[in-house]
Amino acid sequence: MSEEILEKLKENVIQGRKTGDDMGVDESLSGTPGVLELTESALSEDISPESIITKALTPGMEIVGEKYSKKEYFIPDMLASAEAVGAAMDVLKPLLEKSNVETKGKFAIATVKGDIHDIGKNIVAILLKGAAYEVIDIGIDVPEDKIVDVVRQEKPGYLGLSAMLTTTMTEMKTIIETLKENNLRDKVKVFIGGAAVSEEYARQIGADAFCADGFEAIKTLDNFQAT
Amino acid sequence: MPREGILIEKPLERLSPKQVQQIHDASIDILNDPGLLCFNENAAEIFQGSGAVVSKVSGSNTPCWHIKIPGKLVSSALKSAPSTVTLGARNPENTIIMKGDEPRVFFITGSETNIWLDVDFPTYASKTDPNKETKIPEFKPRRGTVADLCDSAHVCEHLEMVDGYIRTVNIQDNDIDVDNKDVNKYFASLNNTTKHVMSGLTNLKQLDNVVKMAEIIAGGRDNLKKNPLTSFITCLVKSPLQFVDDTTETFMEVCKRGLPIVVSSSPQAGTSAPIKEAGIIAQINAEVLAGITLGQLVNKGTPVLYGTVPVRARMDTLGDSYGSVETSQYNIDCAQMARFYNLPNYSTSGVCDTKIPGQQSSIERLFSNVLVTLSGPQFLHCAFGLLDCNSVFCLLQAVLDDAHFKMIKFFLKSPGINEQELETVKKQIRDVVATPQKMFINYIRSVMRTGEISPPYPFEGEGDSDDVFALASQRLQELRDKPVEHIDKATTARIFREIPGLLPRLNIYEGKQ
Repeated sequence: MSEEILEKLKENVIQGRKTGDDMGVDESLSGTPGVLELTESALSEDISPESIITKALTPGMEIVGEKYSKKEYFIPDMLASAEAVGAAMDVLKPLLEKSNVETKGKFAIATVKGDIHDIGKNIVAILLKGAAYEVIDIGIDVPEDKIVDVVRQEKPGYLGLSAMLTTTMTEMKTIIETLKENNLRDKVKVFIGGAAVSEEYARQIGADAFCADGFEAIKTLDNFQAT
Repeated sequence: MPREGILIEKPLERLSPKQVQQIHDASIDILNDPGLLCFNENAAEIFQGSGAVVSKVSGSNTPCWHIKIPGKLVSSALKSAPSTVTLGARNPENTIIMKGDEPRVFFITGSETNIWLDVDFPTYASKTDPNKETKIPEFKPRRGTVADLCDSAHVCEHLEMVDGYIRTVNIQDNDIDVDNKDVNKYFASLNNTTKHVMSGLTNLKQLDNVVKMAEIIAGGRDNLKKNPLTSFITCLVKSPLQFVDDTTETFMEVCKRGLPIVVSSSPQAGTSAPIKEAGIIAQINAEVLAGITLGQLVNKGTPVLYGTVPVRARMDTLGDSYGSVETSQYNIDCAQMARFYNLPNYSTSGVCDTKIPGQQSSIERLFSNVLVTLSGPQFLHCAFGLLDCNSVFCLLQAVLDDAHFKMIKFFLKSPGINEQELETVKKQIRDVVATPQKMFINYIRSVMRTGEISPPYPFEGEGDSDDVFALASQRLQELRDKPVEHIDKATTARIFREIPGLLPRLNIYEGKQ
C-alpha cells in the first residue's frame, strides 16, 4: 500500500499536479488526488516524511529534470512540479523539524533596491523550494539594510540577489560590502543572477557565484552542499 | 478530406478597386493595340474563326500572324473558365480544391532547375588552436538526375507544408533524351509522392503517353477526369505578347483533353515588360487573358489557372531578380487581378537571387513568402528549395522552407477573441493578481501541448553556435528514411508494359532507383 502511494506521489510530481484540481500533462489524471492530497494520505498511512521525500518527491523531480534536459518538458512543467513539491515540503517541514531531520538549507532571495523585476527571482525561488531548500523570499526593490537584517535574523546559508537593470546591479556590491561591515559575509554564500550581471561581475564584486538561471542555481547550491 | 491550405481572411491588396479596373481596361486595350503576334497557325485560325482580327505578318522568317483580340471574346472566356479548379492526387486526401473567390493558399514546389545542390559538412581545425574543430557546410552543385527527382519527390511527400509537387530538377542523365524525358519525369514524380503532380511538357508527342500513364494510375479515363492527379504548365505567351508555336500547340492539346492547365506568363520588368509596375501588370494580365481566351475557344470550360510569374530585371546583369522587392509587389497585384476575374491564381514566391542557402537566401525568400502568401493566391508555386533565380535546387533549403511556411501558417491563425474567451482570461487575470507571485505560468501548461503556442525554431542550436544547416540536414535524413507509398506492383508492371521509354531502373519492383 505504501509503495503504491509513493509511486502515485512520484507520478504526480512528474505530472506537476499540486492538487486534484490541477491538470497534468496526462489530462486523464484530472480529478484524481494530486501531490498535496497524496502527501496527506501517505502521512496517514504512517509513511515517514523522509521516505516521502527520498522515495517520491526527489526521484519525481529527478525525472522532471531529465525530461527537461531531453526537451520533453519546458520551464512551466518544471515550475508546476517544483510548486507541487514545495507545497508538500510545507506540509512536511514541521514534522521534519520535530524529528530533527535537517533540510538542505535556507535560501534567502531578493531583487535589489531600485529594481522591481521579479519573474527570474520567483522562478528561482519556486525551483529551489521544489529542490527541498527552505526559501525566504524577501521581495523586490529591497534595500541593503533589510537584506542584512534577514541574514542576521534568519541565518540563511545562501543569499540570492537578482538585478535586471545595469542601473541597479551596483546595489549588489553595496549589499556585499554592507554584509562585510556587519561581519556577516562569511556566514552566507552570495549568489547573483539576472539579465544585467555575469560571472565576471560576480568575481568583480566578490560574490560566491553567478547563476544564469534557476537550474544552475540548484546545481550550484547542491555543489556547495557537497563540499 | 482534401488538403486544407491556409485561408487568408483579409488578403493583402495593393490595388484599389479603381486601379484593378484600370489595369483590366488597359489590358483589353493592349490586346487590341498592339495585339499579339502568334507563331502558331492553328491558334491563329481559331482566333480568326471566333471574331478576332487576324492578319498574316509579311516578311517574317517564320510564319506569323498578328492578332487583335476583342474585349467581348475575353469576357466570354472569363465566363466559361471554371472558377473552381480541382487538382487530384494518388492519395485523395491530398486533393487540392481551388476557388477563384476564396483566398485559400496551397503551397507547391517547383520549378525545374538544372542544378542540384548537395551539402556536406567537412571538419576544419583552427589555425591558432588545432584542437578546436568546427563543421562548416559546403555546397556542391551538379547536374540533376532522375534519381534526384525521385529523392526530391520522396522528401516533399513528407514535408508538411508541401501541398503539391512540381518537378524541382531537370533530369539530365545520359539515357534521358527529348523522347523519353516526359514519361520518366512524370513517373519519377508520381511514384514517389501521393500529392498532386504538375509539370511542363518537353515533347508534345509524349502528351498521350503521360495522360495514359495518369489514366492507368487513376483507374481509367473517367476516374482521371474526376481525380486529375496530374496537370500541366505552359508558357504559351512569350513576353511581350507573342504566342510561341510549340508551347501554344501543347497548350491547345492539353485543353482538348480537359486536364487542368496553367496559363503562365513570366515577363521581366525592364526587358520584356515595362519597368513600371503599371506597365508589367497591364501586360502580364493581357498575356494571361489572351491564353485563357484561347483555351476556352479550344475547349469551353477547360480548367485553367491564371498563371503569373512576373519578375524584375537586375540592373547589373539584366537577369531575373526574384529576390527584389518589386517582384513580390507584382505577384501580390496579380493575385488581386485573378480574384477580380474569379479565377485561381498560380503565383510565385520564395525564389532568391543568391546561389546557396544562407542569410541572403533566408531574407529574400521569407520576405516574399510572407507577403505573397498574405495576398491569397490559391496555387503558390512557392519555390521550396529554389536558389539562384530558379536555376538551383537544394533539398536542405526545401526542409528549411517547410519549417518557415509552418511559422507563416501559425501566424495566419484567426485571433480567437470572443466573449467566452474574454470572460475566461478576465477571471485568470483577477486570480493571478491576487497571488503573491503574480505569474501566469500555471496557465501556460493547459495550452502548451494543444498547438496553441508556436513551437521554438526547429533548427535552433545549443548555446552560441548556429547549427541550423546541420540540424536541417539531420531532419532531411529523417525524411529520406521515412517510406513513401509507391504505385503498386501490378499498376507499375502495366505502366512499364504500356508506356514506352521508361527507364528500367525506375521500376522499384525489378530494378533500383
